[in-house]
Amino acid sequence: MKRDKKLYWKLFTSTFYISAFTFGGGFVIVPLMKKKFVGDLKWIEEEEMLNLTAIAQSSPGAIAVNASILLGYRVAGFLGSLCCIFGTILPPFLILSVVSTFYSAFRDNSTIQVLLKGFQSGVAAVIADVVIQMGGDIFKSKSIMSILILAFSFIATYFLNIHVIYVLLASAIIGALTFFYNNKCNIDDRESEAHT
Amino acid sequence: MIYLQLFWSFFRIEFFTFGGGYAAIPLIKNVIVDENQWITLADFTDLITISEMTPGPIAVNSATFVGMQIAGPLGAIVSTIGCVLPSIIFVFFLSYVFLKFGNLSVIQGILGGLRPAVVGLIAQAGLSILVMTAWGIGGITLNISNTDIWALIIFFACLFVMRKFKPNPIYIMAGSGILSLLVHQFA
Repeated sequence: MKRDKKLYWKLFTSTFYISAFTFGGGFVIVPLMKKKFVGDLKWIEEEEMLNLTAIAQSSPGAIAVNASILLGYRVAGFLGSLCCIFGTILPPFLILSVVSTFYSAFRDNSTIQVLLKGFQSGVAAVIADVVIQMGGDIFKSKSIMSILILAFSFIATYFLNIHVIYVLLASAIIGALTFFYNNKCNIDDRESEAHT
Repeated sequence: MIYLQLFWSFFRIEFFTFGGGYAAIPLIKNVIVDENQWITLADFTDLITISEMTPGPIAVNSATFVGMQIAGPLGAIVSTIGCVLPSIIFVFFLSYVFLKFGNLSVIQGILGGLRPAVVGLIAQAGLSILVMTAWGIGGITLNISNTDIWALIIFFACLFVMRKFKPNPIYIMAGSGILSLLVHQFA
C-alpha cells in the first residue's frame, strides 16, 4: 500500500468516524473497527485482527485506543498509528471540552441537580451490575485464590484506604507467581509422563 | 507545576488500567478524587454519567474533563497525552513479546491474577458512589432522616432492570433521571 497523504487521511477519518458514533466502550468499538478494516477496507486479514485484538485487550489503557494504535501501525507504520490515535481521541476530546466548559453552570441549575441526582443512582446500579457479572464469574471459577484476592482488594481499598495502585501491583505479582508455579507443575507433569 | 501533575496522574491511571472500561473507575477515583481532590466524588459520578452518554473511553473523557476544569485547554491536552502514552508504550512492547514468543501466556497469566482484584476495586468505587448518593459525604448512617430513600429505590429499580433485561446503560441513565424528576415533582 502506498503511504501517501491519502492513506493517512483515510486512517484518520475511518477511526474518527467509528469513535464519534460508538457508545459503550472498547468491547463495542473493536468489532466495528474489525468490520471497517477487515471487511470494508480489506487492509488487514481476519486472523491478524484476532491477534491485534488479543494484544489490545492484554495491554493496559483504553482498549479502543490500544486497538487503533495497532491498526494504524499495521497499515502505515508509526505515522499511521498517530493518525489513528488522533482519530480515536479527537471526538471524545472535543465533546468533553465543551461539556466541561458548561458543566459548572449546568450543575447549579435546580432541575439539572434533580436529574444528576437520579443519574447518580443509575451509575451506582450500572457499576453494581458490572460487579455482580464479573464477580459471579470469579465465584463460579471456585478458585479460592481469586476469591481471596477479590475480597482483600475490596477491604484494602474501601476500609483501609490503601492506594489502588499498590493493590494492583500486589495482585500482578501474585498472578505472575501463580502462573509460573502452575507452568512449572505442568512441565514437571509432562516430564514425569515422558519417563513412565 | 499543575500541567506536570495532570500528566503524571493520568499516565499512572492508564498505566494500571487493565481490562478496559470500568477498570479505570477505581483508579480515577483514587488519583483524581482522593489523592489530588481535583473534583468531588459527586462530580466524578456525573462524569461517569456523561461518559455513558457520549462516545469515547472513560479515561480519555475524564482526562479531557478534569484537565479542562483544572487548567484549561492546555490542561486537557497534557492530561489526554498522559492518558494515551502508556497505551503506546505497552502496545508496542506486547507486540514485540507476541512476535518473539508467538503468544502472550505470561501476560495473560498476570492478567488472571489482576481480574479478581479489578472486580474488588470496581466494587469499592461503586459502593462509595452508592453511599454518597444515598447518605451524602458523611457515610452510612442508620438514621432514616439522613437517608435518601428514593435514591435507594431508584438504585434497586435500575439494578433490577439491568440484571433482568441487560439494556444498554444509556437507557438506565435516562430512566434514572426521569424517575428522579418524577419523584421530585410528586413525592
